[in-house]
Amino acid sequence: MDETTHKSIGWQDELYDLLRRNRVTQFAYVPDAGHRILIARSLADPGVHSVALTTEEEGVALLAGADLGGARGVLLMQSSGTGNCINMLSLIKGGRFPFLTLVSMRGDFGEGNPWQFPMGQAVEAVLGAMGVICLRVERPEEVVPTVSAAVTMVFQSGHAVAVLLTQKLLGAKQF
Amino acid sequence: MAIQRERSGRKTSPVGKEFTLDRRDAVPALIGKHEDFLIISGLAGTSRDIAALTRDGAHSYTMAGAMGGACMIGLGLALARPDKRVLVVTGDGELLMNLGALATIAVLNPPNLAILCVDNGHYGETGYQKSHTSLGVDLEEIAIGSGIRATRTLSAEEELAEGARMLRDGNGAAFVLLRVKPTDPPGFKRNMDPAACRNRFRATLLDSLQPDV
Repeated sequence: MDETTHKSIGWQDELYDLLRRNRVTQFAYVPDAGHRILIARSLADPGVHSVALTTEEEGVALLAGADLGGARGVLLMQSSGTGNCINMLSLIKGGRFPFLTLVSMRGDFGEGNPWQFPMGQAVEAVLGAMGVICLRVERPEEVVPTVSAAVTMVFQSGHAVAVLLTQKLLGAKQF
Repeated sequence: MAIQRERSGRKTSPVGKEFTLDRRDAVPALIGKHEDFLIISGLAGTSRDIAALTRDGAHSYTMAGAMGGACMIGLGLALARPDKRVLVVTGDGELLMNLGALATIAVLNPPNLAILCVDNGHYGETGYQKSHTSLGVDLEEIAIGSGIRATRTLSAEEELAEGARMLRDGNGAAFVLLRVKPTDPPGFKRNMDPAACRNRFRATLLDSLQPDV
């Protein structure tokens, strides 16, 4: 386990606790190394629903349904998955549903896989076009305050927010 | 050269599974007392079925876009409200756009979620072009293969009572495929504002407009 992995474990546990304190009870994801602690914690937590998806757009619709029932959720995905969500975000924007997603970035700082660049570089443009506010995080100490701010923007103000966990934060080599 | 495939299962058009029922009769007969459900409907045809049945009731969320989302909205709602029975009513075209949702739902297998697919084999809203279900695709088989244990195809009036029971009872997710002829759904003027419909649904269900409930 390298140093970067160690650091990410620290903030991911804190992040999970923050989401639970804010009554997030539906964790939806397409498995991704960048979110593995959050996914594992949600699977081990009898107080939440851990929902593995076949494609990320399912998570967008899931969270709208959660909101109709008065529950809160979060969508965990990799940057490549943001492209799979675009038309389903019509539901979020048109319905003014609260929407929180944490995006582990690929195709940016130090990326070695050329297939990741087209979608990775388009994330902010396409999410922005569908009305999702993007907050970038580059340093470990910024993660929890940024997600905390996003939680307020989403569940108090009713907006759609993506927190982008960049490769400068996650490290480009680990996955 | 044509490749002949061996199959153990159904023929393309199984006897007795034709598209002969009329949705205007069959959908209300299957659902019965609609107030017993929270209802999500997917796109034009089924949203008109549900709007006419519930008189655009606040316990229904009728979609007119975001195609492929109905089943997953139903899942999120069912997980959020285990105290309520959730019914997703959607068409073959809408379901075909996200078949993976059936797999996701089967894995969680919520006991309070039922899916009614009104399968007319066509894209009614865009001019009745044939859908895949007119061309050999069997959505009940896909639901079975996805892992949904309670499934049924209904294509005759005498089968509706059993289908109605499946929508209401059960200890896991249910999938009912209703084969109907490709004729128009009832007309009903419904609220098409997705945000207004969200607010009224939540206000009725949660007794509050606060997003914080």
